[in-house]
Formats: sequence, C-alpha cells, structure tokens
Amino acid sequence: MTTLDSSKEIKKDDSDVSEHHEDFRMFGLITFLIADGMTFAGFFAAYLTYKAVNPLPEGAIYELELPIPTLNTILLLISSATFHKAGKALLKNKNSDTQKWLIVTALLGITFLICQLFEYFNLPFGLTDNLFASTFYALTGFHGLHVTLGTLMILIISWQSRSKGGRITNQNMFPLEAVELYWHFVDGIWVVLFIILYLL
Amino acid sequence: MTISIDSQDSNSKSLQPKSWLKYLSFSLDHKVIGIQYLICGFLFYLIGGTLASAIRIELASPMSDFMPRDVYNQVLTLHGTIMIFLWIVPVVNGAFGNYLIPFYVGARDMAFPRLNAVAFWLIPPSGLMLVASYFVEGAAQAGWTAYPPLSITTPQSGQIIWIMSVLLLGGSSIFGGINFIATIIKLRRPGLKLMQLPMYCWAMLGTSLLVVLSTPVLAGTLILLSFDIVAHTGFFNPVLGGNVVVYQHLFWFYSHPAVYIMVLPAFGLVSEILPVHSRKPLFGYTTMVFSIMGIVVLGLVVWAHHMFTSGTPPWMRLFFTIATAFIAVPTGIKFFNWVATLWGGKISVNSAMLFSCGFIINFVFGGITGVALAQVPFDIHVHDTYFVVAHFHYIVYGGTVFIIFSSIYHWFPKVTGKLMSEKLGILHFAITFIGFNLCFAPQHWLGLNGMPRRVAEYDPQFQFVNQISSLGALLMAISTIPFLINIFLSIKNGINSGDNPWNALTPEWLTSSPPPVENWEGDAPLVEEPYGYGKPISQKN
Repeated sequence: MTTLDSSKEIKKDDSDVSEHHEDFRMFGLITFLIADGMTFAGFFAAYLTYKAVNPLPEGAIYELELPIPTLNTILLLISSATFHKAGKALLKNKNSDTQKWLIVTALLGITFLICQLFEYFNLPFGLTDNLFASTFYALTGFHGLHVTLGTLMILIISWQSRSKGGRITNQNMFPLEAVELYWHFVDGIWVVLFIILYLL
Repeated sequence: MTISIDSQDSNSKSLQPKSWLKYLSFSLDHKVIGIQYLICGFLFYLIGGTLASAIRIELASPMSDFMPRDVYNQVLTLHGTIMIFLWIVPVVNGAFGNYLIPFYVGARDMAFPRLNAVAFWLIPPSGLMLVASYFVEGAAQAGWTAYPPLSITTPQSGQIIWIMSVLLLGGSSIFGGINFIATIIKLRRPGLKLMQLPMYCWAMLGTSLLVVLSTPVLAGTLILLSFDIVAHTGFFNPVLGGNVVVYQHLFWFYSHPAVYIMVLPAFGLVSEILPVHSRKPLFGYTTMVFSIMGIVVLGLVVWAHHMFTSGTPPWMRLFFTIATAFIAVPTGIKFFNWVATLWGGKISVNSAMLFSCGFIINFVFGGITGVALAQVPFDIHVHDTYFVVAHFHYIVYGGTVFIIFSSIYHWFPKVTGKLMSEKLGILHFAITFIGFNLCFAPQHWLGLNGMPRRVAEYDPQFQFVNQISSLGALLMAISTIPFLINIFLSIKNGINSGDNPWNALTPEWLTSSPPPVENWEGDAPLVEEPYGYGKPISQKN
C-alpha cells in the first residue's frame, strides 16, 4: 500500500525515511483494529442485552458444551506464542525457522476452524432456531471469518519469508508484524467471546 | 491502475494535468480525490434534491395525488439516505478533508494515498446501486433509519440493496477516518505542534475518532438486519423472539454520532472562513479545541435521546436528557467564539462570509430546538412529527450545507485560480437563505400541532402552511441554478485570483493557486499562527 508513495512523501529529507514510514502504517492498522473491535463490541452488547431482557422461549434449545471451545482457546493461545516465535526467528535472520513457525501457526488456525465446524455440526440447534442460537452463530461465524482471513494471510507471509531474498526479511518486518498484531487481536477477541458466550 | 500511478509519480514535478479528465481517473493525489468527492457528492445532492422536491410537491396537497403512497415511502427513504451518506458525509469529510488536511499538516499527501483512493471509489458504485434499487421491485421503504420490523416486512430486495450500499459507504467512511487520524497525528511537518494546527484539523480529528468508533457498530447491526431479511433469523423480529429496541440502540449508537460526523467538520470549516473574512484571529482557540473533544466524548453517550418513546426506563431517560443538555455547553462555547471572532472585525461582505453568517443564524436556531427536544416531556409530545424534521434540517441543511457552499466560495480560487462572481454568489445566498427558512420554519408549527412525518397524506387544516413550506422548497431548488451558472462561468472566464486573493494566513494559501502536484515547490512552510490577523504587516510572515 505504501511502498510507492513513500518515495514521494519523504523526498525532502532522506534520513529516517523507512523508520518513520513503518511507524504510521502500524498506527493505521491499530486504528483499523479498534474499528474492527467496535464491530465485535456491538455484537457483544446485543448478545448481553438479549441475555438480560429476552427470556428463552418455552421448549427452545440453547445449550453449549465446553470441551471443544476450551480446546480451541488453547489452540489459539498456543498459535499466538508460535507466531511470536516466528517474529523472534526473523529478528535473528533465521528465515527457515520463521517459515517453520508460521506454518505451525497456520496449522493451528486451520485446526481451530475444523474444530469450530465440528462443533457447529454437533450442536443441537440451528441458525434460525431461536434468538440465542442466531446470535451464537453470528458471533462465532464473524470471528471464524477473521480466523480464516488471518490463516490465509499467515500462509501468504510464510511463503514470502521463505528465503533471505524474499519479500519479508530482517529489514522489512512490517508485513509479519502487521499480521502478528492482527492475529493477537483475533486471539484476544476469542478469549472475550469464550468468556461471554460459554462461561457467562 | 498501477500504470497511471507510476507515471504520475515518476514525473510528478512537471506533470500538472490541465485536463478535467484527471477527475475521472484513479488518482492518488489528495487534491484530485478531494474534488472527486465534491463533484460526486454534488451530483448525488442534485438527485437527493430532486427527491426532496417530489416530497414537497406531494405535500402541497393533503391527499396523496402526486405519487402512490409506497412510492412516497421510497422517495423519502432514498432522499434521507442519499443526502446523509452520499452528499453531506462524503463532502464535508472527504472532499474538504482530503483537499485541506495535507496542506494544514504540511504534508505532500495523505498518510495512505491508495487507501484514500479506494475509499472514494467505493462511493459512486454504492450510490448508483442505491439509486438503481428503485427499478428492482421498488427501493427500500423503511426510512433512512431502517427500523425493524418495518424494514423486515416491506419488499425486501430494495432493503437488501440499501443495506449493502450503506455497508460499502460505511467502509469508505472508516477508511477515510483512519487516513485522517494517521495524517493529522503522524504526518505533521517537523516543528508543527498540535495546538498550532488550524481548527479544521481538530474538527476532522474528532470526527474521524467518531467515525472509527461508531461506524463499525452500524455495520455490525446492518449485517444482523440482513440476516433477519435473508436467512429469517430473529435478531430484531419480535415474532421470532427478537428485540427491536436492541436495533434502535445499536443504530443510534452510530447515527447520533453521525450527526456530529456531519456537523463537526462544518464547525471546523467555519472556524477557518470567519477569521479570514473578518481579519481577526479566531477567538478562543484552546476552548474551541476542548469543546470539539468534549462534543466527541459526549456525542458517544447521548444516543438514546432518539428513543424516548421506545419504552426506555426512567433512569435511562434521565441520564440521556442530562447528557444531551450538556452538549449544549461545548456547542455554545463554539457559537460565542464565532460571534466574538466577528465582533469588531473588518468584515468583508462576500458570498463565503454571508453563507457562514447564515450558518450561525440557522445553527443557533436548530441548536435551541435540539435542547428542547432533549427534554423528555416535550420530546414525547413532538416525537415523529414535523418538529423533528425541521430541527434536523436546521442543523444539517441550515448548518452543514450552508458551510459547504461557504467553503466552495472560499476555496474555489484555491482550486481553480479564478474568483467566483460575487453578484451571482450573493443572489445564490439570498434565494437559499429565504427559501430554506420559508421551507423549514413553518414545519416547527406543523410539528407542534401534530402533523406526523413520513406520511404522504395529512389533515387538510395544515394545507396552507404546507404550501408555504413547498414554496420555500421551490426557492431552494431554484437557488442551485445561479450557483451552477456561477461555477461554470467562473471556471470558464472568471477573473484571475492570484495565489492568495483573501490574504489568508493558513498554510494552503502559502503556495500557488492552483497548487502544484506536490503542494509546495520547496519545503512546507511552518505556520505557527494560522490566525495571526490584525497585526502590522511587517510582523506577518
């Protein structure tokens, strides 16, 4: 997004061009993630209001089991750690380690999605059964969409960091850092979602 | 796409395309994108204005004889949506923000030029989609609020297109907001402090914070609403156990801040225009900054005052009444600051100044009815009547649209290097001001006497006042004619304005008019006192 315009932007003094530029790309991403977080906040607010105001109708089924989501929470937390490992390896200029850790992270993401689908198929209620069922699928589905996008991005950057001549190197950490921040964000949202949907 | 970018980048110094065709291209230049926003917005303003005229023609007589009732509903829905999402928000944020903010912070472009272009190019397709939905089984009929269950039960393809269109426009708005925040915070020229920025930067910073915090909530809400329509879930459908009031809370969590998204940038723009044309420093810069931020914070916690008749509990009514009344404080501070800026100034009576003064008059009136509407007993009496319509238009037309015109007169020489005709400009102002007040002032009376809004038919006793209102609307429609003539004549053979026709001190005037592609020939100037008027000439920079 910013490689082309950077040349235009900072022509006047070349001293700390790249550093300055990295800086506000990350700033833009954080702003975007705040916005994205507000979307989830809206969903959570709706769910909590429903819980407080709308009783579950007679005969409606809305029961959740804990094992799979707990496993999923652990998977995502581990994947945050493995992503961190990948970043550390890149700092030490060990591209093959970076790629290895990124692929592990992506596999954890894929496992998360498979577990999520497995949970969906084994739940005793469907999307339109009742209000809470709908909210459950909307929230977990919207989060699952984020995990899917994140996994795809991790696969892309793991390809891009394959060798020292690739796009992502010690000197150009931004794509990795950006996806890492996004991944931690998605991870954090899941923890909140897990507490609100499953534990409350 | 990339090809045009590369060619522009490689020889950007020499390249200053004279052709208007650049406004149809995927440009990364913030100035081109700003004008693209303005032209696109104005075209939609003409469409929305035509719809408004259709509404006023219908309401000139008590029976629904001009168009069928369902078409009337579609027209009022499209009018509201187009005017808000395709005219006011893109123009007052996107157009002026893109054109001015990089100048004000001393940059050569926005922080993320490509994101900027994407944000603009989301607008024309979604706007066309919205307008075209009229031809697909009828457009949305549920008003710009799209309250369920009305929006779930009315014909659905139009409503779904409406939702998709608003989602895209919301995305465009969020991208723009991210860009403005990054530009103002991170892209300031070295040495330029936050408290030295022109006021419009502060207004845009506040507005962008509101955009980033509240627009995503609307997006989420509309996604749930589209699930209700397409997949027959029951989030907002009482028949399936859903809760319509949750929709209202989520919707107004965006749409009340949206009012500030529409009016805060106008506050910023008027704070730029008044000092220049009255040759005085902006009164109370610091209080202005704090009142903008105060409005941002308070603006996020007043949404339920739109819902006093939705079964809100007493404690909620009390809280939101008090919070809303508090907003009058920062707004009042700003109002008095503008008046104090004018006070004793060397005022030049030109089109820009007239529209700005028109803004102050209309806005204080709309503000007073706003405080009145925040009071629960009064609000319950006039809820969903023409009083609300009148109040809203006093803020958004009498406020923001007046400032849009004022800004066009003020910055036209900057963009084109030509002056606009003052005679036509003053004629435009006179017709607009008279027409606007004739159209909307009587609607306060209609509302107080119980005429409901959004209904094609009404009690015959209201006919005379409605006809006055329709006459005002006719004048407003006519007022665009001198404006358009003025624009085209001035572009074609206006008097050359020179670089700085108003002798202004804000940074955008310290370069040539029209500006070079990279904004400044050399380094950006450091403007420490953007409002340092009224000093001996030797002290000016």
